[in-house]
Formats: sequence, C-alpha cells, structure tokens
Amino acid sequence: MSTKGKVIGVVANMVTLKVDGPVGQNEICFIDLKGEKLMAEVIKITGDAVAVQVFESTRGLYVGCEATFEDRMLEVTLGPGMLSKIYDGLQNDLEKMEGVFLKRGDYTYALDADKKWDFKPFVAVGDEIESGAWLGEVLEGWLPHRIMAPFNLKGTAKVTSIVAEGSYLSSDTIAVITTADGESLSLTMEMKWPVKKEIRAYKHKPRPFKLFETGVRTLDTLNPIAEGGTGFTPGPFGAGKTVLQHALAKNAEADIIVMVACGERANEVVEIFHEFPELIDPRSGRTLMERTVIIANTSNMPVAAREASVYTGMTIAEYYRSMGLKVLLLADSTSRWAQALREMSNRMEELPGQDAFPMDLSAIIANFYSRAGFVELNNGKTGSITFLGSVSPAGGNLKEPVTESTQKASRCFYSLDQGRADSKRYPSIHPLDSYSKYSEYPEVMEYLNSRLQPNWSDMIVEMKDILLRGKEAKDQINILGDDSVPVEYHVIYNKSEVIDSSILQQDAFDAIDSSCPMERQQYMTNIVMDICGHSFDFSGYEEIGGYFRKINNIIRQMNYQEFKSEKFLSLEKELAALVDEKKIDLTAAERRADELLELVEERSAERVAQ
Amino acid sequence: MNTKAFQKIYTKIENITKATCTIHAEGVANEEMAYVDGRPAQVVKIKGKEVTLQVFTGTAGIKTNSEVVFTGKAPTIKLSDDLRGRFFNAYGDPIDGGAPVEGREVEIGGPSVNPVRRQQPSQFIPTGIAGIDLNNTLVTGQKIPFFADPDQPFNQVMADVALRAEADMIILGGMGLSNDDYLYYKARFDNAGALDRIISFINTTDDAPVERLLVPDMALTTAEYFAVEKQMKVLVLLTDVTLYADALAIVSNRMDQIPSKDSMPGSLYSDLAKIYEKAVQFPDGGSITIIAVTTLSGGDITHAIPDNTGYITEGQLYLRRDSDIGKVIVDPFRSLSRLKQLVIGKVTREDHPQVMNTCVRLYADAANAKTKQENGFDLSDYDERCISYASEYARELLAIDIDINAVKMLDTAWDILGKYFKPEEVGMKQSLMDTYWKGN
Repeated sequence: MSTKGKVIGVVANMVTLKVDGPVGQNEICFIDLKGEKLMAEVIKITGDAVAVQVFESTRGLYVGCEATFEDRMLEVTLGPGMLSKIYDGLQNDLEKMEGVFLKRGDYTYALDADKKWDFKPFVAVGDEIESGAWLGEVLEGWLPHRIMAPFNLKGTAKVTSIVAEGSYLSSDTIAVITTADGESLSLTMEMKWPVKKEIRAYKHKPRPFKLFETGVRTLDTLNPIAEGGTGFTPGPFGAGKTVLQHALAKNAEADIIVMVACGERANEVVEIFHEFPELIDPRSGRTLMERTVIIANTSNMPVAAREASVYTGMTIAEYYRSMGLKVLLLADSTSRWAQALREMSNRMEELPGQDAFPMDLSAIIANFYSRAGFVELNNGKTGSITFLGSVSPAGGNLKEPVTESTQKASRCFYSLDQGRADSKRYPSIHPLDSYSKYSEYPEVMEYLNSRLQPNWSDMIVEMKDILLRGKEAKDQINILGDDSVPVEYHVIYNKSEVIDSSILQQDAFDAIDSSCPMERQQYMTNIVMDICGHSFDFSGYEEIGGYFRKINNIIRQMNYQEFKSEKFLSLEKELAALVDEKKIDLTAAERRADELLELVEERSAERVAQ
Repeated sequence: MNTKAFQKIYTKIENITKATCTIHAEGVANEEMAYVDGRPAQVVKIKGKEVTLQVFTGTAGIKTNSEVVFTGKAPTIKLSDDLRGRFFNAYGDPIDGGAPVEGREVEIGGPSVNPVRRQQPSQFIPTGIAGIDLNNTLVTGQKIPFFADPDQPFNQVMADVALRAEADMIILGGMGLSNDDYLYYKARFDNAGALDRIISFINTTDDAPVERLLVPDMALTTAEYFAVEKQMKVLVLLTDVTLYADALAIVSNRMDQIPSKDSMPGSLYSDLAKIYEKAVQFPDGGSITIIAVTTLSGGDITHAIPDNTGYITEGQLYLRRDSDIGKVIVDPFRSLSRLKQLVIGKVTREDHPQVMNTCVRLYADAANAKTKQENGFDLSDYDERCISYASEYARELLAIDIDINAVKMLDTAWDILGKYFKPEEVGMKQSLMDTYWKGN
C-alpha cells in the first residue's frame, strides 16, 4: 500500500502535501490534478507535512488534490536504444510526445518498447559474476551494447539461467542470477538507476594520463584535457561558450557524446537536431547523431527538471562508461543548474549563502564533477567520462559562487575572454589565463612526448613564453610608442601574433579548419615554432608588421586547405621562401650571444623605465 | 465586472498589505484570477484555507469587507482576427474606445514548444539598416534585444525595423511606455498605413507597474495564435523589459523572497527565459520573432537584467553615437546576432561572412590606431589608412539612417576595402578575392 498525500499549500512550483504514511527524502510522487499527473520530488519533510518540488507548472493546483508516492527516487531507465534519442531532463523521449506544444503530465518511455534486439550471451549457467559484468551484447545501431549485471549487486552472484542467442524485447527476461544471499533475480536488458547516485561498478579510478583529442588547437596543443578529465569554460555571454561546446561535440575523439542542454536556448538545441544527423564523423564515417544522446531541458522548461537534467546526463554517461567506452559529457550550462538549486532553496526559506545560492553549492558541484573519470572495470577493460561544463558567470565576473566552486572541482580551466571575442579571435579561450593541470602530470607529459615528439612539452612551454613576452612587449609598445622601444619588442610581439593567428584561432564554421587532428596540429606547431625560433633582419619597426601579416596570411590559407594537399604544400613552400627572405642564419653560439644581448637590453630598458 | 450566478463571493479579507490581500477560501486554484473590490487580482500562494491574492493595481482603499470574486480560471485573452489594428491594456481590454473583441478564450502563458518540433530558423529578415543586416543579421524565430541607454533612439530604430521587416503581423507589448512614446508608435504605424497588421498591448507609466507582468504573455499568446493557426510571420516588439523586471522585483519583495544579485528575484533568469523562448520557427511556416528593448543604467551590462537577458537572447544590439561622423551607429564590436550563421553566405551572398569579419577586424585596428593617436604617437601609413577606412565604413554602412539591400551593402563594403587596403591586408580566402576584390 503506497503512501498517499493531499495538497495543503502551493507557492510557485513548491507544493506542500499532508501525507498518511512513510515518505523518503527525494522520493518521487505524482499529484493528480483533474486527471493530469504531475511528477514531483520530496525536498523537505516536517512531520506529516512534506514539501515537494513539482517538475511541471502548478497552475490550477488546489488544496485537496491527491498525491501518490512511488517509493523510489528520481531514476532513469538504462538499456539499448538510448543513442540518437532526444530526452528532456527527466528522460522523457521528446520525439514520442504528440503535438507542437509540450503537454503537462505527458511522460513518455525512454526506450523502444516494441523493438527486438539480437542478443548474444557472453556468460553460461554457473558462471560467477560481479556487479556490472557483461552478460551479453546487442547491436545498438553500430555500437556493441553490453548488457550488464545490476550495478548494485553485492559480492558475486551465480548465473542460474541465460537465454540462447536470439531476438528479444528489452523488457524480456534474459538471465536469472542467484546472489550471495541466495536471492534469485530475473534480469532484462533494462535497468533503473537513481540519477543522484554514482554507478560504481568498477575496480578503481586511476589518474588520467592519455590525451583526449578534441580537434581544437588551443585546447589540444596548449592546454590539453586528459581522457577522463574534467574541465570548464566560464565566459560572459557572447564569448562563444556554446559554439565551443558544439565544436567539441562534433570533433572530439569519443565513442559516445552525451550533451546536456541545461536551461539554455532552444534554438541552440534545434541546431544540433538539424546538423548532427547530417554531419559525418570523420573517424567512423557515421553521422554524429548516431553516437550522441541529447538531454534537452531548455530554459523555458520547468526549473526543477533542469536541476535533474545534469544528473540524468551523467547517469547515462556512466552507463556507457561501464561498457568500456570513451564518453564525452558536455553540459551547457552548469550555472543554470545552480540557479535552479537557488530557486528551490529560496522557496524553502533556507538561509542563503553568497548571492543567495544555497550554502552547500560548492559541495554539490564538487560531488558532480567527481563522477567523471577514467576507470578500470571489474573485467580489466577501461572506460572514461571526460566532462566539460560551461559556466555563465553573472556579469562576466569570475568572482561569483558558481565559478569559484567549479574552479575548485575541475582540473582544466578554459577562460573565455571578452576582449578576444570582441576582436573576433575565436575560439576566445585566453591562452595565458587558461590552464590544464593535466599538462603538469608527469604521466601526461610522458604520454605526449612519446606519442608526438620527445621535446613536445618543452616546446609548448616555450610557446606560452612567447605569448607572454609578446603580450608584455605589446603593452610596452602601447605605453612608449612604436619608435621608443627596441625593434626586438616588435619582433617578439609579432611572433606571438603568428602563434595567435595560426594556432590559437580556428574557424569553427569552415569545413576543414573546424577540426584539426593532432598530427596536423603537431605539423603546424613545428612550422610556427620554427619561425618563432629565428632571428630576423629588419632595418626598422615599420617593415615588421607588414612582413608578419604576410606570414600570417599564408599560414591562415594553409589552415583552410586539405592537409598536405598540393595547394597546402605550395603555400608551405611560399612560406619558407618568405621566411628565408628575412631570417638570419645563426650558429647556436651566435644565437646564445644574441639572447644574452637581448637580456642586457631588456634590463637597461627597465632601468630607463624606473 | 459582472458576477455570475454560481460564483461564490467572499466578503471577509483577513490581511491586507501594499500589494496583496489574504482571505479564507476553498477550492481556489493556483494562478487563478479574481476581482477584489472590482480590481483584478491573481492567486499567488495557497496555504490551507489561506489564499493570498496579488492585487495588480495596489490595495489602496480596499476594505476588510470588500467583495472578492474568483473567476475560476487563469488570466485569459479572447483570440480572433478582430484583434488586428486594436490597442489593449494589460488585461486585454480595449483602450482605443472600440468594443471588446469576441473570440476563442484561452489562458495566457501557455505551455512551451517541444524542442524537437521546432524548426531551425532560416529566413533572413532584411531591415535595410546595414549595421544590422551586415554584421548582425536577423533571422525569423530569433529573439534579440537592444541594449540601450534611455537617451538613445531605440524606439525609432525599432519602429523602422518593424515596418521594413515585412512581417505579416506586428504585436507591440509596451511595458511602462511613456504616453509620448505610445503615441509615437501609434503615429508611425498609422502613417505607414500598416495599422491593420498591428496589435498593441500597452501598459503606460500611468498604469500600475505590477500590471506589466501580464503584457508579455498577452502579446505572445496572441502571437502564437497568428503564427500557429494562420501560419503568419509574427514580429513581437517588447519595450521595455527592464521595467518588466523591475515589476518582478517589486512582487518578489512583497512576497518576502530573498533577493539575489541587484535586488532582483532569484528566478529572474527563468522568468525572462519564459518570455523570450516563445520566439520560435514553427514546422508549418509560422514564426514568432521577438525584438525587445532592455534599457541600461549608465551602460552597465553587468547588471542582473541585461546580464541574464544576454544569456537568454540570441545576441544583442547596441547603438552608439559616433562622434567622427556625427551619427548614431549600430556598434559593430558589442552587437551580435547569434543566428546570423544560419543565413549569411547561404541566403545572402557567399562573401558575406568573410566581408563581415574583415570589416570588423579592420575597424578594430582603426580603434587601436586612434588610441595611439590620442596618446600622441606617430601613426604608420597602415594606421592612417585604417582610420580613414573606419569613418567611411561607419558613414556608409553602420549609421542607422542607412537603407540599402543586402547585395548593395556587400558591394559597398568591397568598394571601401579596395579603396584603403592591399589584398594581403584583408586576409580573405583567395577564391573570394578573385571574384570580388575591387582594389589594386
């Protein structure tokens, strides 16, 4: 006999119920409004008065409406058929809903109830299995989708029966197992899992060490994210957060992409619906949609469901990770999720923290980020969730609770810079303010050096140095004037501009430039760093800008060509000729002497400035 | 207000505050409309038998024994073709002296569109203003505000855009509009002979501020009617959303809610999103495009209202007075239309994206050169050419009094680029240079 309740109060989407039996924190209930069932989650219990947040509009709700409790928390249904689906924050399949407008109380099944899957068993009767063990597989589109043992299984269990190879509904029983306690469980291809609980069916979670290729130069080359790593991109509106997220979804080398549009613009999601079924993933030759699951909880959908959406996305990602897959989870934007927490905390009249956010915001965010990671599964295979969240700081000011809390939880920080966005230098990730903690991991450095070239990490450090010195030189030029600084200042500034224009900037809307494989990034980085390593012969500052603009122009044209195509190679030759025109061939000894001189000049300039 | 036979009338008010009153009543639904002493009010909180009503016009003069009548429904509007050319207040009652409109009665602020049923916006809205068409191209189904200081001519630009945009229906939602501005719009629409495709919901500064909260929903529910049922291209103008948000803050304050940034309610983002997200391209051809005005105080875009708006809308437009040419221009640096990628170079000519970017980049170089000049440094030849280019670019393309088509605008840009720059300085794709380059 399930617990029942009656509505006794309504304020916006927080409803108070008087209940007649036991209820649990975060338990789900349905409130009956003249036949419409409104889903709600328990958020506070005071005696027999229970506060619930309703996942729908509460318009028309009145005192006396009846509620039925479900004796379960908010959960998702996991199984084959999730790929290419578009869900709302509560995992309702949006395609199955009828009509142009969303109907309140319309909940649809997340999987395909009538579809038969060709099941191939991996285990035999008598086999011992652990939680998350692969019992068999079905082909979900192109993906060998593993059917797994329950994630909450304690110890080992014995397979007492398993069906033969054949075609089954996802709700058909495919195996029966006996747990250590002697309990017999019938398993189907589907399972339910509460979204707020991590799926921990793995052996351990080692430190990430592999590069996760995104195809975005300023990330992969300058501040790489590791497979199983976490990163976040804060930025004011208009800085290009969403364009960057979409670029990652298109180009990253992941098996599965889970995109959570959390309280963002509907048209941005529509762009994905329309583009992804058309765009081809160059690695697999299949459309992008075939490897993507979308959670679309746009900003005009109910706030409480928005809070759930990031957890729904994470749980689906964890499910695929347990199959030994490389998953990329993107959430745009986690600030909207935090705002949803704030709205509820506010209605519950909790004492507010900074900017009226709940006091435990930091803990909630850290807990969420920690669910990502690279794992070794119980069967020795590996899987990963690389997570990139975007943050929308109020007023573009990074000193606000969501950004600060996220910074503590995340290992990569990609700061989107308004100044770069204004001058159309996209992606607007600031090369110096941003960082990747992974590039300091010895295991990541070793991985990069052995995969690419032995001096790779050093070269990138040098590249950052040039960017920094270029920025300083530019500041000096602005303060002192073009002709009052040494010519070297102009040279170093222009070298940093070569890096900026050819490596950092990337055209997300160009078919070729939008995705840059690591091999090509390495090739271009070597070309650019070679140019930066030369000394040049200039008679005065006037000729420097024009010369480097020509260099930049050629490299940009190269970026637009097919890699190593005829046109690309001829541009490369043209570039080499142009560099030869002005470069000075120095012996190593001469170069050292030159650098020493530069240092002396810098010092004396400093003294003059003082 | 005519009461009907079956309606229960309450005459005992327990509690009266500045904006709300509380009575004991049963069977009352959340968000239901009521009349307190003949004044419109809405249920905002129910706690057992206690029902709190928000009285839109304020509670001054309401007595503890005033009559409270519940209507049994949320705020509604009667929809029909007869709405055309009419002016209404925030409750949908005529203010132009005409008779009330009859039609199908629907609740305002209805459900949102299923994201998977939305179409990708793909129709270019030419405005003739090259500062918008070239750099910040508008698309049907888009939502975009002007971020403007109160002294800027945003109402004029908005009226220009509305009249030139070739929309099938224009719906004006005026919130806290001054009476003068209301009359300005009315006269502009009248003179253009466009009155029969315009519907206005007006809350002026003479009216109670809290009433404004109904205006966007009235305007957008009407827009949905014409866009869904008549497959029309509907353009909704909302001015001024800042005053709408101020009204939200008043209400939240009176409900004893904890304010977040800038004294705004914590739900500001969701409240604004609910309005703006009504902009949509429907599958069968109709569309709703929203152009709004958000006034800034002292140009501060970090204030909670413009800040949250910026995260919701698909770009923003800024006006700026350019002292070099003595005209108001559409600021190319800060303005942005996020949906422009869907049409530029596709619906418009292929060179559009690169021309746009190049022009803005060179304009930025000109701004740097100007800073140098102001600091008293010598300018290089390139700097000087940039500065001359910038004023011609502003005069011929950015000024708000420009009215040219999209092809002419691109040709003008190539003319100006060719006049001041060398091919390698513009850094465009060679194939485009071969076709369009007009310089040496």
